[in-house]
Formats: sequence, structure tokens, C-alpha cells
Amino acid sequence: MNRLAFITAATGAVLLLSGCEVPVHTTEQTGYRGTGAQQVIRTSLETKLRANNVVPAPPYDLPKDEGGPRAATEYQNVKVLGDLSVDEFNYTMAAITAWIAPPEQGCNYCHNPENMASDAVYTKVVARRMLQMTRNINTNWTSHVQNVGVTCYTCHRGNAVPKYVWSETPDRFASARSIRGAKHGQNTPGQNSVALASLPYDPFTPYLLKANEIRLQGVSADRDGTHRVPIANAEGTYGLMMHMSNSLGVNCSYCHNANNFQNWSGSRPQRAVAWYGIRMVRDINNTYINSVRYIMPANRIGPMGDAYKTNCTTCHQGVYKPLYGVPMLNDYPGLRGPHPAVPAAATAAPPPPAVKTAAAATQVAG
Amino acid sequence: MGYQNIFTQVQVRAAPDMGVPMAPGSWSRDGKPFFSWLMGKIGEAQIGPFYLGRLGLASLVLGFIAFEIIGLNMWASVNWNPIQFARQLPWLALEPPSPKWGFTLIPPLAEGGWWIMAGFCMTTSLILWNVRIYVRAKALGLGTHTAWAFASALWLMIVLGFIRPMMMGSWSEAVPFGIFPHLDWTAAFSIRYGNLFYNPFHCLSIVFLYGSTLLFAMHGATILAVGRYGGEREIEQITNRGTASERAALFWRWTMGFNATMESIHRWAWWFAVLTTLTGGIGILLTGTVVDNWYLWAQDHGYAPSYPSTGVIDPATLPGVVK
Repeated sequence: MNRLAFITAATGAVLLLSGCEVPVHTTEQTGYRGTGAQQVIRTSLETKLRANNVVPAPPYDLPKDEGGPRAATEYQNVKVLGDLSVDEFNYTMAAITAWIAPPEQGCNYCHNPENMASDAVYTKVVARRMLQMTRNINTNWTSHVQNVGVTCYTCHRGNAVPKYVWSETPDRFASARSIRGAKHGQNTPGQNSVALASLPYDPFTPYLLKANEIRLQGVSADRDGTHRVPIANAEGTYGLMMHMSNSLGVNCSYCHNANNFQNWSGSRPQRAVAWYGIRMVRDINNTYINSVRYIMPANRIGPMGDAYKTNCTTCHQGVYKPLYGVPMLNDYPGLRGPHPAVPAAATAAPPPPAVKTAAAATQVAG
Repeated sequence: MGYQNIFTQVQVRAAPDMGVPMAPGSWSRDGKPFFSWLMGKIGEAQIGPFYLGRLGLASLVLGFIAFEIIGLNMWASVNWNPIQFARQLPWLALEPPSPKWGFTLIPPLAEGGWWIMAGFCMTTSLILWNVRIYVRAKALGLGTHTAWAFASALWLMIVLGFIRPMMMGSWSEAVPFGIFPHLDWTAAFSIRYGNLFYNPFHCLSIVFLYGSTLLFAMHGATILAVGRYGGEREIEQITNRGTASERAALFWRWTMGFNATMESIHRWAWWFAVLTTLTGGIGILLTGTVVDNWYLWAQDHGYAPSYPSTGVIDPATLPGVVK
């Protein structure tokens, strides 16, 4: 009897604890004492993340630019990287192939092997737009990417389509006139986008494609009648913040002083970096990805017919700085931007064809 | 009667006690009484009879309607799939009307109309139940303390679901029905209004809530501890103080210098419980109607600290920045 009771109790205790993680973690104080500003680093997760976020070696040593012929003159139809030397151009192409193209296809994933200059393969047109995007990020969004910058690998990580992307979900558009299937885009289990909460689980369309207002809290104590933000908006913003927290592997206090989320003079500098990041992602989704939506085949678009777009996870993948901030871009100067001494005329992009961009719908300063 | 506790309980079996005769005009007490040995372990072994009455019947019917509206809306939201209904139940909700409907009396059913109907039926059901408690207490010649305590809880509920949304001019300010959804609402409410922890009435409510549990633990422990002297017969000891009462009082006086009496401890407990929801309701009512950001309010009134500036500037205020 005693033995049975013991076994039952032991089994029960094991079952109770089976959902827990091994409590090995370190904490780091990140703000003024007493404000609870600290980052929790879970050792086991950190080990896994470190292993999954390693920068690959370049295909070979970066060829020194001796001032020889440019890619634009040597090859046909080079519209973005034309200012690179032929050697550096080929080096960059080799790197991109390793980062993105499925190994069995190699160059042919984007190029027509009969005529490398041809734009017949849609992936080449997309790749060109993405190169323009990369240079734009590294030139105009240093407010977010600093001097570390981004390369194709920051998102792609060996995949033709980056692993962490999003598209609009059908549920959001369930009939408003019927209670059947009416989840109103929330109240659904297993939504990683909002850390498994019942919050609105598409924080991307309103905030990372459109520019809906993210800010909620009043900046004065008393109600003056002008600041009317419904609680429903708070659930939307909360969802977005859960996404950012999850994407970066950080808690709220990485950016905010949790006593007063809206207050900038109590926030850490990371909050301003994130603020620019939100604008950068909107720029990426609207100006670049949606501009090549027209050319994407059916297997490259989501169930609602929109392109797979970026959010914070696309680059960050659980790490506060993508790839732990290793300045990978230094090995690929062609991706940073037009080379200074070379006229940038060859880099001008053709105007993208008109496509539906949701950004035009509501432009509210955030 | 000797010392009786959960282990030594003597359960009497005889013809069930049918109670005093009902007053003229009342319904009868329903249900054939029976005895349950297990129930006798945690309370009275005799189950029934039970007085339903008009108020009780109306309350149960309205409560059932509210329960059905909420449950069927949740079930419909998973396309009437019973497995998904069971699996997703903690996440499912019946949401109030969205902000665009303001405080419209009758928005479309699928856009919050059902929420208003469920809320009306639930509220009416609970109010009727409280009136029933009042009437039953009067009929038995009791004071009406139970009804007033319940009214305090109803005050908080009605502030959350009706009075505050009305003052804010929007149903969307109200709480959704649903397990996780109402918890997410709570967090969103605090975030929207600048951290509810700095709302002084929220502070009071927490004090009384935690105080209630403390008082309950102290009182329960005291009475059990003097059970061997018949201390569980508290009511008799209010008028006829015995050794149990004496020892209980002396225990606290000699432990902390002060002791409540057999009567006053119950006033302590009643007021702590009642004030929990009374102050909580005031705190909710002031949120958004009078105070928009509780943290800043607390700083203005000198009870939240100011911390040194981190020097971070809102990028939206910088010239030439992309909004």
C-alpha cells in the first residue's frame, strides 16, 4: 500500500513537472535599479540559438578591386551590381547562389543557362529587386541595421524563400454578418505570431504593411477628451509587441521601462532602433516585395493571393541582433551600396508595375 | 454534543427536516430530501428540500439563456465543430461590439448584438438571484448581509460591463466573455490606461482582496484550533462565551496584543470582502473617464517615483524622419 502510494505520488510529481524547463538561466540588469529592467538568458536555448545563427564562410577570398572592367560593361543586362568589378560581381553571385539557390539548381535557379542575361526566369527579376532592397536597407536604414547591415543570408539562410515569412490569413476576412467562423482574427490557440495568446494573431497587416497607429497611452494623466484610443487597439498593439518580443528573444524591458511603456525618456536606446525597424519592414513589404508580387507564381503566394512578406522574425530568428551582430556585410561590399567612385546611373531601378499596396490605405504616423 | 470534526462526525439518520411551514403566498419547498454520507463529511448530510420561487425560476431561466448565447456563439465561431469547440474552448470568446458601433443600443447580432443580449440576461439573472437572496433572508428572519455583499460584487461587474462603457460612449470598452480573452482584455486595459497598478483604488482593492484571504486563514485556523473545546459553535459563543472563545481570544491577544471578538471578526471579514469589489469598481469607473494614464497621475500626485532620464528621444519628433 505504501509502495503504491509512493509510486503514485512520484509519478504525479513527474507529470506535474514535465512541462517545466530546466531552470538554468542568467539575468542581466539593463536599466535603473528597482525598475525590473533585466534580460533573462535561458542557457539551453542560447546554446541552440548560437549554433543556428552562424555566419557562413565566403565562397572564396574577396577579389581585390584593381579597377578593371565593370560588370555592367562586361556583361549584359546588369542593372544593380554593374558598378562592381567583374571579379567581385562573380564572387557576389557565387555567394548569393550558396545562400539562396537550391543546390541542385545552382545558377539556373535564377538564370536561363542558354542566356545568362535573360530576364525570362521570374526569380531573376525578384532577385534584382531584392538586391535593390538590400542596398536600400544598408544605405538608408542604418538607423535600424547600423553599420552591421544585412546580406541576403540575413533572411534567406540557405532557403529559396526565407523560412519566417507571413501572408494574410483567410480568417480575418470571415463574413461580418454571420457568427459562423467569426473569430474576428483572434481567440485561436497555437498562434506563434502572438506568443500563443488569444490576442489578434495578425499583427502584421495593420502594423507592418499598413501604418496603423501603434501608440496607445496618453501622455498626460488626465482625460482631456482628445485622446480616444479604444482598448481594442491595445490588444492589437499588444499582439505586435508579443511578436517583437518573440522574434528577438527578449522581454518587454529590453526596450521599455514597464512602469510606463509610452515614456521615451524611460526607455532604452533599443526602442528607437526598433521604431526604425518597424518603418523599415513597412518599406520592405510595400516598396520591394509587393512590387514583384505580379511576377510570382502560385506556389510563391499565400492563400489570400498576397506575397509572402517580412516581419521581425524574418531576420532576427529569436536573436536580439540577427546572426548575433556579426558584421557579415564587410565581406560583401557590393551589397552595401553603389561603389563610391562609380556613377550610380546604372543602378536606377525601372518603376515597379502598379500593384495593390495596402500602405496607401491608411497612412497614420506611428 | 461532543467534539466533532471531519474525522469524528456523527451522522444522524432520521426523517428529513422539512423546515418551518411556508408563509402564505409562497411556493412550496421542492425535491424529496435524501441523505449523502460523503456530503455529510463536508457539510450537512441532508440534501433538499429546495425553495425555487418566482425569482429563482426567472433567474435560472435568464442565466441559462445567457449561458446558451455565449456557448452557441463560441461553438459557431469554430464552424460548429464539436472537437474544435472542446479543444479551443479556453481561447474562444463572445466579443462586445467593435469601437465603430459606439454605444449603439442594438448593433447587428453578429457584431456584438449577441454580446449585449448575453450581458443583459446574465446581469438580470444575477440581480434577480440577489433579490432572491434578500427575500429568502427576510423570510427566515435573518439580516440581509449576504445580499449586500453580493451586491458589491455585482457593482464591479456592472461597472465593467455597462456603466463604464456607457460613460465612455463605447461598448467596445467592455469585457469579452471567454477564459483567455477576458484575461487578455485585463492586460490590454491596464496597458491602455498607463498601468493600473498605479490606480489607488486598484491598490485598495488588492489590499482588501489579499486581506480577505489573510483574515479567512486566521479565522479558519483559530476556530479549527479551538474545535476541541467546541469552538466551531461560533454563534452560541457570541452570546455565551465558553472556553473555546476565551482561548481563541487570548491566543491572539498574547500573540499580537489585540484580538477581535467572536462577533467582530465576522464584521472584519464581511467588510474586507465587500470593500474588495466596491473599491475595485470605483477604480475601474475612474479609468478612462477621469484619468487617462495612471502612472502619470501617480507621478503628478507624488506617489510614483521619477527615474533618471535615459536620454532616449522619440524618433517621431525628430525632423525629417519617415513616420
